[in-house]
Amino acid sequence: MPLVKNGRIATDLFVHVADGAELPGDGAVLLSSARFLEDPEAILKRAGKTGVIWPNSRAVDDLVPYLDRLAAVALVFPTFRDGRAYSQARLLRERHGYDGELRATGQVLRDQFVFMSRAGFDAFEVKKDADADAFAETMKRYSVFYQPTGDGRVTALNRRMQLRHSESAGQ
Amino acid sequence: MYAYDELDRTLINERVSEFRDQVKRRLSGELTEDEFKMLRLQNGVYLQLHAYMFRVAIPYGTLSSKQLRRLAHIARRYDRGYGHFTTRQNIQFNWIKLAELPDALAELAEVGIHAMQTSGNNMRNVTSDQWAGVAPGEVEDPRIWSEILRQHTTLHPEFSFLPRKFKIAITASEHDRAAIKIHDIGLRLHKNADGETSFEVLVGGGLGRTPFIAKTIKPFVHGRDILNYVEAILRVYNQYGRRDNIYKARIKILVHELGIEKFAREVDEEWRQMGHSALTLDHSVIEEVRSRFSYPAYEKLPHMPDELKQAAHDPLFERWRKNSVAPHKVQGYSIVTLSLKPVGGPPGDATADQMDAIADLADKYSFGEIRVGHEQNLALPHVAKRDLPQLWKALDRLGLATPNVNLVTDIIACPGLDYCSLANARSIPIAQELTRRFANHDTADMIGRLHINISGCINACGHHHVGHIGILGVEKNGEEFYQITIGGRADENAQMGALIGPAVPYAEVADVVEDIVEAYLALRDRPEELFVDTVKRLGVEPFKERVYATR
Repeated sequence: MPLVKNGRIATDLFVHVADGAELPGDGAVLLSSARFLEDPEAILKRAGKTGVIWPNSRAVDDLVPYLDRLAAVALVFPTFRDGRAYSQARLLRERHGYDGELRATGQVLRDQFVFMSRAGFDAFEVKKDADADAFAETMKRYSVFYQPTGDGRVTALNRRMQLRHSESAGQ
Repeated sequence: MYAYDELDRTLINERVSEFRDQVKRRLSGELTEDEFKMLRLQNGVYLQLHAYMFRVAIPYGTLSSKQLRRLAHIARRYDRGYGHFTTRQNIQFNWIKLAELPDALAELAEVGIHAMQTSGNNMRNVTSDQWAGVAPGEVEDPRIWSEILRQHTTLHPEFSFLPRKFKIAITASEHDRAAIKIHDIGLRLHKNADGETSFEVLVGGGLGRTPFIAKTIKPFVHGRDILNYVEAILRVYNQYGRRDNIYKARIKILVHELGIEKFAREVDEEWRQMGHSALTLDHSVIEEVRSRFSYPAYEKLPHMPDELKQAAHDPLFERWRKNSVAPHKVQGYSIVTLSLKPVGGPPGDATADQMDAIADLADKYSFGEIRVGHEQNLALPHVAKRDLPQLWKALDRLGLATPNVNLVTDIIACPGLDYCSLANARSIPIAQELTRRFANHDTADMIGRLHINISGCINACGHHHVGHIGILGVEKNGEEFYQITIGGRADENAQMGALIGPAVPYAEVADVVEDIVEAYLALRDRPEELFVDTVKRLGVEPFKERVYATR
């Protein structure tokens, strides 16, 4: 399954560690929320980076105390129809100021890329190779956005207001 | 009318390109039907019994003549020459070909029309009062807020994959013509003591197999905060709405299971945490949207022009005028409802030729504007009273002057088993038979206001729960049966109807309805007591006794 990061197909530096398996002494690891919450302090003291796979049925509040020490949070789309992780993503980015890697996992398909990116995801475990190849092109589908989110894209309303100001300034 | 700017136009064109690519990938097999299904639904495309059905959005029920002509063209070029107006101010085409859909969408986009979010588990087309902006006594034009919400809900990055569909309706009049109490969110505009716009917010209304009347979650939300508050409701729903059972996934179930108080606390907490977010609407932002609505340059006209005085001698004209013409906020003007409920016809259908002709009449008599109401009729919102006689003649020739607005033959019906893959029973032929039974307009006048609503299955697209008489098609041992309720209503006093007796077979439905109406005529206090008021006063029993005594 290809990983798209910062708009390009990238090597996944994180090793998925199963719940019962031993933690490697160093290197970046991606753990389940259950495994991580067993002893978060000990895990965070390791030499390598830590990422947590957070289920979409649990409030992100429980993860907040550790956010500044996490290198990645992976949110889950069990099917592309289940949109809970969009809310989690926005809360992590916009309310809790998380600025590490935010990864979309599960049934991640091309036609959700724009929504995901707007919600704050910057890494994507893409289900199909063809979708991963089409990532950059797909992200160009839209140039107009109505809603303000934390992604920094300028909204239609802001563009209109800017236009108004520049018009009235020119009078 | 709201005028699209370059940004609105760009966005819908980008949506058309995206959908064209999605259809191409489906046709090439790159997308499975399961993957494609949600994508097509997000753009208003259903797979029905015989063909794809295509639902086009008419935001808050406002159309220009140019847009209506384009809809007529779509009906002619891509369908079978007609369209069906729905209970959510949309229009459906029933025979569209998948491969041609992107072209149809591109043609619609040229006139600022789209099909975004007319189905799927997202925020649907925002609906409003079809008399918005012209009804006397309105707090203010609710379409400004409808448009703000339309933009906000379009391709929303967080709420496009909700547990289930989500519908918002707005009214600004005391008399609720937008049925806000049967919506997921209902918004009622009012002014606070300082004259500032605010909203009473209702939540959790809906029909279907578990009907609920919406409850007030907050009596007063300031206009500047409305997007924040709506976003807070949606965020709570997106996270906690049930996803394990499609029949329990609507917000009404969450509100019911948590209780309105607990749900309201969750929303308040979320709202508090959002703080002063980027969604807060500055005065200048609201004015920016308001400035792109244009209003007709009304003339100063007499209240009672000579043309109207003369025409009053014609009893047929007078009957139509009394039935279909409503007061306008500007003196000398009227709001004219065009009945899409001819005797013997399917409710809500209009042919391409009718649509073109209505567009011409709108240009001539209504500043080029047309409205669509949730009762599946159209309206011309700015007709000078002096033009009413001429307009009536033209409408009559087109079969659009049936004087039955709000009367027993002004029936709301879903497409039913004639088109729909979900239906258990037919709706349209029941409606057609009823219009024949009550074809005598004097009788219908004498009966007075009476709404019959028909759904072909429990999903309740025909709003049967809130019909004064509600008819629900069910299947019993492979046969079509119909449950009949009385006393429902969808307005500011919304409530669900009560069952009057056992379900009856297809062939008996019209007889039972006739018997119910006869019982009403015998039971009513005085001619002015409406059917629903008699049911409210007496309850179901006296009706049941009379209707089922001989069955």
